[in-house]
Amino acid sequence: MNIYVLVKRTFDTEEKIVISGGNIQEDGAEFVINPYDEYAIEEAIQVRDAKGGKVTVVTISGEDAEKQLRTALAMGADEAVLINTEDDLDELDQSTAAFILAEYLKDKEADLILAGNVAIDGGTGQIGPRVADLLDINYVTTITDLEIDGTDVKIVRDIEGDSEIIETKLPLLVTAQQGLNEPRYPSLPGIMKAKKKPLEELELDDLEIDAGDLKLKVKTVEVYLPPQKNAGRILKGDIGDQVKELVQLLHSEAKVI
Amino acid sequence: MSKKVLVLGEVREGVIRNVSYEAIGAAKQIADGGEIVGLLLGDNVANLTQNLIAFGADRVVTVEHPHLKSYTSDGYSQAILAVCEQEKPEAIVFGHTSLGKDLSPKVSSRLKSGLISDVTDIEGSGDSTLFIRPIYSGKAFEKVKINEGIVFITIRPNNIAPLARDDHRTGSVSSLSVDITNLRTIIKEVVRKTTEGVDLSEAKVVIAGGRGVKSSEGFKPLQDLANLLGGAVGASRGACDADYCDYSLQIGQTGKVVTPDLYIAAGISGAIQHLAGMSNSKIIVAINKDPEANIFKVADYGIVGDLFEVIPLMIEEITSLKVGS
Repeated sequence: MNIYVLVKRTFDTEEKIVISGGNIQEDGAEFVINPYDEYAIEEAIQVRDAKGGKVTVVTISGEDAEKQLRTALAMGADEAVLINTEDDLDELDQSTAAFILAEYLKDKEADLILAGNVAIDGGTGQIGPRVADLLDINYVTTITDLEIDGTDVKIVRDIEGDSEIIETKLPLLVTAQQGLNEPRYPSLPGIMKAKKKPLEELELDDLEIDAGDLKLKVKTVEVYLPPQKNAGRILKGDIGDQVKELVQLLHSEAKVI
Repeated sequence: MSKKVLVLGEVREGVIRNVSYEAIGAAKQIADGGEIVGLLLGDNVANLTQNLIAFGADRVVTVEHPHLKSYTSDGYSQAILAVCEQEKPEAIVFGHTSLGKDLSPKVSSRLKSGLISDVTDIEGSGDSTLFIRPIYSGKAFEKVKINEGIVFITIRPNNIAPLARDDHRTGSVSSLSVDITNLRTIIKEVVRKTTEGVDLSEAKVVIAGGRGVKSSEGFKPLQDLANLLGGAVGASRGACDADYCDYSLQIGQTGKVVTPDLYIAAGISGAIQHLAGMSNSKIIVAINKDPEANIFKVADYGIVGDLFEVIPLMIEEITSLKVGS
């Protein structure tokens, strides 16, 4: 099986967001593999171990993402590809990012492509389905179970808490939902091996993409922090009285019950 | 300049979801006087058209086909692209629901358009519309505009107000016949796990439990309170990791982001990753034994106490309030 995983380098979930000069400050922040992409990597490794083949992780990023790609290799992926757009592009949107990934993937004859269902930074969840559409293959999002038998695929998909049981076929793109598996931590031998695994760096030229053709369809005009919430009232007194007061406040002051 | 806007009316179990009415509200603002066309897809939806009109659609188009009975991205995108071909909308609005998230990128890819997902607010109208959406799960926000091509957005449930229902509104209804072929996905079965039928992302009231709930049985009083208030139960990552509940209930940066009118956090400490998923709720109540818990920093009202004592008392108090009113 020829398996590809689309990954993104994101802020750690415990990072606070700081904005200065209109931009989100990255200095000193901890970066991780987008947590949903970790499920995708884990699933890819499990499928390969069961069926044979090769797992390649792919990202679009700057040089810094090498660290996250090495982590994916240490988990057990076989090869990594960094599509470095730093010199060519100031910004990406979902349609340009998906186009670049699809141009990379179009002649790879992937049997299975996995991605996280959403990245916890931008949060659009568009890339997986867009890439599948550009490659003209089927996709299933937010999966929590995957079984492959030949080219037949059986999937359980999370739809707002309910489960949908689906049958489809390879080639296929799936996006991972929490609960799909328990991503492994890289082992020490895994980390040692990862240093020697192939990590290819590509630029748009290598993909025969002209940066001038990549027109942004959407543009961010401002980034800002939500208004700081003031700490509210801690109620006092006997628990019974506190609850009475709370229910009254929710009813008369907040008017939410 | 005014815009013609297409709004997808999402039907679940024979009923149009609330978020679709909110989508008409969003469409009104984008349209700036332009026409709003509601769209209903399914195997039997003709009886639902008046709902979209009552909430502000000027006109409704239906596409009915046996292959549209269950949602598939192939089936729905074929129907919508055929409608777009006929109607040539200048803007499209979907709900940012499970269906909307799955379908919108494909339709956008086919239309070669941009797509602004998970919009929570809209500023301006017509050509100068700006869309506000959370990033980093609500730790920050961005204002986004469409740079080129049609306007295509999905809106987060519970954030944009629908118009008031007016059953005197009238509008024409037409149907379009579309040949739906080559579905690559077959839906074998849907297993309902959401027992009480209130969807977490659309719920007006969310009662969430953390590690302090201590066991899966510990969620029972939370569910009772949720039932009483017509709300849904959620959980922190701690509670999910400890296997007290299903991951589908998780609220946070990994998990669902919710913005209900009332969020009650019971036995939740308030890790940054959890706060990202709920801190934009309108009213937050925290119940925790630890007075130093981080959750109190974002709560409007806090009770320092044991949730197993507080929640049953709340149920009692709210029940008597409801009986009294």
